[in-house]
Amino acid sequence: MDKTTLHHTPLSLVHEAAGAKMVDFAGWYLPIEYSSLREEHENVRSSAGIFDVSHMGEVRVAGPDATSFLEYVTCNHVARLDIGQAQYSAFLNDQGGVIDDIIVYREAADRYLICVNAANREIDVTWLKRIAEIRGGRFEIDDVSAFLGQIALQGPRAVEVIRCIPELRAADIESLKYFRFKSFVWQGVTCIAARTGYTGEDGIEFFVPQEVTSAFWDLLAANPLVTRCGLGARDTLRLEAGYPLHGHELKSTVLALESGLAWIVKFEKGEFIGREALLRARDQGLLHELIGFEVAGRGIVRHGDLLRDKHGEVRGEVTSGTLTPTVGRAIGMALTAASWVGLGDSVFADVRGRSIECRVVKLPFYTAVKRTKLANYG
Amino acid sequence: MTYPENYRYTKDHEWVSIDGDTATIGISSFAQSELGEVVFVELPEVGTKVVQGKTLCVVESTKAASDVYAPVGGVVTAVNTALLEDPADLNNDPHQKGWLVKLGGVDVAELEKLMDAAAYSSHVD
Repeated sequence: MDKTTLHHTPLSLVHEAAGAKMVDFAGWYLPIEYSSLREEHENVRSSAGIFDVSHMGEVRVAGPDATSFLEYVTCNHVARLDIGQAQYSAFLNDQGGVIDDIIVYREAADRYLICVNAANREIDVTWLKRIAEIRGGRFEIDDVSAFLGQIALQGPRAVEVIRCIPELRAADIESLKYFRFKSFVWQGVTCIAARTGYTGEDGIEFFVPQEVTSAFWDLLAANPLVTRCGLGARDTLRLEAGYPLHGHELKSTVLALESGLAWIVKFEKGEFIGREALLRARDQGLLHELIGFEVAGRGIVRHGDLLRDKHGEVRGEVTSGTLTPTVGRAIGMALTAASWVGLGDSVFADVRGRSIECRVVKLPFYTAVKRTKLANYG
Repeated sequence: MTYPENYRYTKDHEWVSIDGDTATIGISSFAQSELGEVVFVELPEVGTKVVQGKTLCVVESTKAASDVYAPVGGVVTAVNTALLEDPADLNNDPHQKGWLVKLGGVDVAELEKLMDAAAYSSHVD
C-alpha cells in the first residue's frame, strides 16, 4: 500500500501518528482498527465512539427547481422534508437498481445537502449532472466533498460528550430529534450536527469543514467516555443493526425492493427514475429477498458464500457476514430466492468446501431500544 | 519479539520444532498478531498424510480465514483439540501452548529449505 497515491482525509495522518492500523479503503488512507475491533465495538454500545467518515461525499443542490429535480432522481419523498430535517434515500437507475444510498438534508426550501458513499461519489455526480442537463431547470449541483470533513459520534453516552462542549450546548445540539440537523459555529467555522448514524445507537454525525476537522476530532477524542474507532468496528456495528452497505446488499443490478429498501420507495409521490420498473417487478412478483441469518454450526459465513437448501441446490448468496461482538455469534445477510425460507428455517452455507448450518432470523440482530440481542424466530 | 532458537520458520509464518522424526507445528507470533483474535480453528484428522507446502489446517479470525501450510511433510499424529473449544492460546502463546498439529514420519532434510530464528526475525521486521 503506497499511502502517497491514496486520498487522505484531514485526519489520515492523525490516525497514523496515533498508531492506528491503516488500510486502503476505496482509495482512501483510513484506519481499520485503533486498538481492537472488539474493544471499539463494545465501547460504542456501552459508552461512545468516534469515526472518521470524511471520505464520504457531500453534494449541494440549490435553486428554485432543486426540490422537483431531487424528487425525480431519488426514490423517497423529498417535498415532505421540513427545513432542518433529513431522510435516508437512494439514487435508482431505470431498472430500479441502486446506484447509491444517500442521506438528503433539507437546509432551506430550495437548498439541499446530499451525503453519498465515498466509492460512488464521482459516479453519482456525473449521473446527476447528466440528468440535469437533459431535464433542465433552475438549480446548481456542487460537489463540496473536498471542503468538508465528517466525524460520527455514536453511543448511549454521546449526549454526555456533547454536553461537555460549550458551542454544542449553546446550539442545543442535545435536543435534536432523530434525523433532524442544525448548524453551529466552532472556532469561527460553520459546522452541521445531525442526529443520524450507522451503528444502531444514538449519536450525532458532524460535518466539519476541513480546516478544523482535526481540532474537532482531538476535542472529542480527549473525552474519557470516547473511544476512537476504525472501519472494522463500523462494519460489525452496522451489520448488527441490520443496515445495508452499497456493494454488498445494495447494487445497481439488484432491485431496491429486493434489497430491503421498500420502506424508502414512495410510489405515491409521482414520477421518479426507476418507478416504472419497480412497479412492474412488484406486480409480477419479486424474485429475490434479503434475509438475516445466524450461524448455528462452527465457523464464520462471509460475503460471497453461497447458501443451499437441504437438497444442495443454490438458492442465495451472502451479502455480508462476520462474527459480531454484541450479538456474540457469526451473523449475516443474504440475497435469496423470494419466499424460499421463513424465520427459524435452516439454510446451508458453502464455506471452503464445508457445509455450515445457519438459521434464518429477523432483522435487525440488535436494537438499542430494547438493549437486547435479538435472535428471533418469529 | 524473540523467536525460539531451535525452531525453523517458513516465509508464510509457520514454525516447526523437530524431535527425532516428530514435528510440532504452529504459527508465529507475527502471524497471530496480523490475524487478530482467532475465533475458530479447523484441524485435520489424525492419520492424514500431508505434503510440504500444502494446506495443513485453517485458522480464522473475525477479519478472515487463513490457510496454514505444512512446513514439512508427514502424517498427522496429534492435533491440539483444546484449540477447538477455545483458540485463545493461539494468540496468547503461539510458540508453545498454541501448537496446532504434530506430524510423524518427517523427512528432516525438508527442514533445510526453512529459515532459522535469526533469518525469520529479519524477515518480519
